[in-house]
Amino acid sequence: MAEEPLIYARGLVKRFGEFTAVDGIDVAVERGEAFGFLGPNGAGKSSTMRMISCVSAPTAGELRILGMDPVRDGVAIRGRLGVCPQLDNLDADLSVFENLTTYARYFGLSRAEARRRAGELLEFVQLADRSAGKVEPLSGGMKRRLTIARAMVNDPEIMLLDEPTTGLDPQARHLLWERLYQLKQRGVTLVLTTHYMDEAEQLCDRLVVMDGGRIVAEGSPRELISRYSTPEVVELRFADGVDVAAKLDGVGERVDPLPDRLLVYARDGDAAVAEVHRRGLAPSSVLVRRSTLEDVFLHLTGRTLVE
Amino acid sequence: MTVMVAGRAVRRGISAGRVGAVVNRNVGALRSGPAYWLVLLSGFFEPLLYLLSIGVGVGALVGMVPVGGRMVDYAVFVAPAMLAVSAMSGALAETTFNVFWKFKYAKTYDAVLATPVRPVEIALGELTWALVRCLFYTVMFLVVMVVLGLTSAGGALAAFPATALVGVAFGATGMAISTFLRGWQDFDLLTTGQFTLFLFSGTFSPVQDYPVVFEVIVTLTPLYHAVELVRGLAVGPLGWTLLVHAAYLVVMAVCGLWVASRRIEKLLLV
Repeated sequence: MAEEPLIYARGLVKRFGEFTAVDGIDVAVERGEAFGFLGPNGAGKSSTMRMISCVSAPTAGELRILGMDPVRDGVAIRGRLGVCPQLDNLDADLSVFENLTTYARYFGLSRAEARRRAGELLEFVQLADRSAGKVEPLSGGMKRRLTIARAMVNDPEIMLLDEPTTGLDPQARHLLWERLYQLKQRGVTLVLTTHYMDEAEQLCDRLVVMDGGRIVAEGSPRELISRYSTPEVVELRFADGVDVAAKLDGVGERVDPLPDRLLVYARDGDAAVAEVHRRGLAPSSVLVRRSTLEDVFLHLTGRTLVE
Repeated sequence: MTVMVAGRAVRRGISAGRVGAVVNRNVGALRSGPAYWLVLLSGFFEPLLYLLSIGVGVGALVGMVPVGGRMVDYAVFVAPAMLAVSAMSGALAETTFNVFWKFKYAKTYDAVLATPVRPVEIALGELTWALVRCLFYTVMFLVVMVVLGLTSAGGALAAFPATALVGVAFGATGMAISTFLRGWQDFDLLTTGQFTLFLFSGTFSPVQDYPVVFEVIVTLTPLYHAVELVRGLAVGPLGWTLLVHAAYLVVMAVCGLWVASRRIEKLLLV
């Protein structure tokens, strides 16, 4: 018999008064997977994460985490989860090291075990040299790494990461992705939310695209791209006031006019560009690129992810 | 009774280890710098300065006052009240200012609630820490009282557990109140309320000297019961009414704790 999914949701709903944040979603996350919730702000990603973290009771529907009921068995479930919230809530009154040892005690680790774990984790997130220092002077990327170390202090089976790299500079993001990849290699199940396509593509084996509290698509990044987009996309910019969309009819498989540019979805980008020139059109700039999840999202919802 | 309460706690899954972990966080914060220690010390000196200026200073003008049919020095009358006040202020300072900060701004409890720790365990942990701070004040204050001859060693030993009850009652109530505060401006209200209790709870003059209406109002307020209990044990006379005062404080502690943990749950686990 196959193992029960670590996270299983059917018809999961979260309402706040009149507002429906999560509107009946079905999700199943298997052990060892890296699973993503992709969507813009307000899509219901964080509300879903809070329900999975057992700090927010579902309004309706079924939810099981590690085979248990999050409302009844919250204490037992939370003991096996690692949670990295969207906003860092590290303890400014404690040192970097104490942030980890103090947190470890909430999970019932002994003092000696907590210190051993804290030392290991600071090595893992490359903050060992800041161990005795305060939290406040750390950079955004360092704070996020410390938060991730804190989430790992109980050696969790599932790591829940709510927008792990939002607000970080590219270098800090890449370091974080690399650490998360290491975690995945160790067999930890990762569940993350993001509104960055590159992040989802880097980290997720499988993801759902959320919009307005619902799931609008599900699959691996590659599957989603092949299902909802073309292998390549041509971005064309034209001088102001020229309506060229109609003249591009039949170039590539689909044309999507955006306020500042036109997207031509094509199997072969260079061929599409050649066709544009053959029709006597003179774009001010041309970019041929691979299709991304951003294009999938645009196609599914008619909107861009980061607005 | 202790066995009953403990039994219920186990059934509901309150873990002493997790409560201890919440206390442990505050022990860690003690090492963060001198700021907390300064606040701690100033909290001790305030009631002591009142005792010296009013109890001893003004007391020289007042002379003797009656306590339970016996005439005592005014300082002997005021000292147990200041002891009760130091227990109250010590616990309140911890569960209002510090808890409010962690609850609303530092988001300390949001982080804690992502672990197996439950809201009631946070409330119990913070209350335990408030009690530690309260007892730190009252032990020092009792030593001063014995040294100045304002109570006997036996009176001090009898009053000590009562100060713990006062601390728990005010600490729990303060924690419940701080979950309702909207911002720092509300602390003005709290401070005013606390100061009013401080002045009119039979602290500086026997409540029997007040007009009857005021006397009745005062006997409904909490610090009055704290002062009467502590004074009865430290100076006398002992009597069954002390149990009424103690019961008032127990009810306060239980209600405060219940409201505080319900509020933490309602506001943070949405």
